[in-house]
Amino acid sequence: MTRPTDTAPTTVAAEAAGRHRAANAAGDARPAKGDLLTVDDVHVRFHTRNGVVHAVEGVSLTLREGEVLAVVGESGSGKTVFTRRVMGLISGSRETDVEGTVTFDGITLSDLDAKGLAGVWGKEIALVLQDPMTSLNPVKRIGAQITETLVLHHKLSKQDANARAVELLRSVGLSEPERRVRQYPHELSGGMRQRVTIAIALSCSPRLLLADEPTTALDVTVQAQILDLLGDLQSRLGMAMLLVTHDLRVVRSRSDRIAVMYAGRIVETAPTKDLFDAPRMPYTEALMNAVPPITGPNHVRLAVIPGRPPNLLSPPSGCRFSPRCPYAQDRCLTEEPPLRPASELPGGGIEGHSYRCWYPVGTPENAEARRRNVERGETAAGTPVTGEMVPA
Amino acid sequence: MSSTTDMSTDTGSVLEKTRDDRSADDVVLRLEDLVVEFPAGAGQVVHAVSGINLEVRRGETLGLVGESGCGKSTTGRAIMQLPRPTGGSVHFDGRDLAALSPEEVRKLRPKLQMIFQDPISSLNPRRRIPDIVGDPLVVWGRGADKDKVVPDVLRAVGLDPDQVADRRPHQFSGGQCQRVSIARALVLEPEVLICDEPVSALDVSVQAQILNLLEDMKARYGLTLVFIAHDLGVVRNISDRVAVMYLGRICELGPTEALFDAPVHPYTRLLVSSIPSMEGAQRGEVGTGEMPSPVSPPSGCRFRTRCPLATDRCADEVPQMREVAPGRFTACHHPVLDTAVGEPIAPAVTAVPTTPLTASNGAGSNGAASSRTES
Repeated sequence: MTRPTDTAPTTVAAEAAGRHRAANAAGDARPAKGDLLTVDDVHVRFHTRNGVVHAVEGVSLTLREGEVLAVVGESGSGKTVFTRRVMGLISGSRETDVEGTVTFDGITLSDLDAKGLAGVWGKEIALVLQDPMTSLNPVKRIGAQITETLVLHHKLSKQDANARAVELLRSVGLSEPERRVRQYPHELSGGMRQRVTIAIALSCSPRLLLADEPTTALDVTVQAQILDLLGDLQSRLGMAMLLVTHDLRVVRSRSDRIAVMYAGRIVETAPTKDLFDAPRMPYTEALMNAVPPITGPNHVRLAVIPGRPPNLLSPPSGCRFSPRCPYAQDRCLTEEPPLRPASELPGGGIEGHSYRCWYPVGTPENAEARRRNVERGETAAGTPVTGEMVPA
Repeated sequence: MSSTTDMSTDTGSVLEKTRDDRSADDVVLRLEDLVVEFPAGAGQVVHAVSGINLEVRRGETLGLVGESGCGKSTTGRAIMQLPRPTGGSVHFDGRDLAALSPEEVRKLRPKLQMIFQDPISSLNPRRRIPDIVGDPLVVWGRGADKDKVVPDVLRAVGLDPDQVADRRPHQFSGGQCQRVSIARALVLEPEVLICDEPVSALDVSVQAQILNLLEDMKARYGLTLVFIAHDLGVVRNISDRVAVMYLGRICELGPTEALFDAPVHPYTRLLVSSIPSMEGAQRGEVGTGEMPSPVSPPSGCRFRTRCPLATDRCADEVPQMREVAPGRFTACHHPVLDTAVGEPIAPAVTAVPTTPLTASNGAGSNGAASSRTES
């Protein structure tokens, strides 16, 4: 809270400082607003030559107005397919089955046809993708790419649209915006290009921004700039944001809530602070321990998650994480745990925290499962238990 | 600061004087004024690496960090003589590689191995795993040892030799392919292993496995590692010393913990405070701007266009590498001494020339700084 921006007397800047939401006790500290996006039991299956890939399996979540929800998962967890389904970029076809509903502000997106979706895209919901090189058209000037949506949705004249494009580029922190609008994407660096895609996404003041790995292709100093920019704009414009990433560290101070995905399912969801303070799902715990710390001594032995993310052509039965879980018991191999609220646990949990595990971390059952596995040297799934796997 | 430095490395301040004396047999790799340039067409030149000096001690892990385009991978390749550097020299075990004939360099290669970022594309898709791993032995006329050595190395990297016997790279995940690459690099028992972004393409859960494996292999084979990566958390964990590169030059070199806890060079401070942290909110300053093109790098100090402490002197004079604390080197006219990350920065009093800081420089006002850099 000693950042230089705080000294600016405007309310905008003060609000922007609120992007360090880790300070908020729970994401709910902001005024409660209505649900903007409701995703109910969404499934996506791809029929491939090798069999059926169940990429997203029964994902439900809600996003309130002005809220930042982070979806975290490794490659193959289904996070990108899920985002595309929300956007309506994946629909049912001969090769693709989709189920479930996506409702945005009373409109059922999952029922809309291409024409209906075109009225929502850009205007109400916008998308920022990982690779700013491929998401921009290489043979069109920056200005033309920004004004495209403006002209389509707001019927602006060419001059007005151009003026607005310059203004947008300035608001995302690009220098010399008047010159930039006449440039082509290859004339800009990766960070500048990502600023342009953000400007395009914001051109019609959408109420929901989907950001799929917006900083993965960028260097660490530029990543910090882009994430700060997104946080600033999000709080200034009151947008809701779905921030998809593989990196838990990136969302720690930049989200209200986190949903952790694994093998096509949400395995844990909680207000950000609560998730970091008291993860219940062993996968979330393992993910946190696997990241090299940036304080303390070096040469720390990292906690290891054995094996690799499952192949979605033939996912493991029972709990999807059981083959890699240090606590796995017989029940985990046969019965898939439901998403349960943490508030039912003895000792209580915060409202809005749910997890998918039979032996949640921090409970006596978990300690007992751990003791049993350490004793016999392997988990019920036959994975050898080593000191590296089980946090002390 | 010096007390933590002393504890974390084997070079205590008491030994500081003697270090240079025994360095002759202690240093396995020495880069002297290494320069690598590439033609960029139209008579232009990409200054990828512009005169770096670096010593790698036997048995240590030296981390080489920096953003993309800073020349860290080029440095790694120049050590391997792939391609041969434009200028300067690389001494390996006291022999100047640049002075050797191609055949003599080839003879040294078994001692100097490399692993790459993309584990899948660095393996021949049409060959079986044991053949890939055993190839270096065949090349060096030790094909007869293959059946004995290869299973040992495969076991060492955590692969079951019987299970992988008939498999090809596409049947493995990225993490397993990286294990195969490591096995191939280790089969000739090298002295130095250059790791170019070995875990960048891997998932977080798999990354930890490979990092632990590299630590194990280092102990088992007595390796010296040059670890090139852009992920500072990874470099911090695995390295004994870290060299930070910016636009083809080294700007800071020091023992890992000291360098990360209280960086001396303004660029290192920017890097370290940009690391997204598991522990909470971001620490310290967030920078503006991006790295300029290596085709036309700024005069003087190459970081000056983004530096909050830059003065006229930085534009005129290239800062030389100097020791600012025991074991800690930096190339900066205004190093930040004894200031932890997150504390407000001021240049070291002793190092400040007569030119005072202007308000816009010191406050790091975002608008002013970005217009200076992106113009």
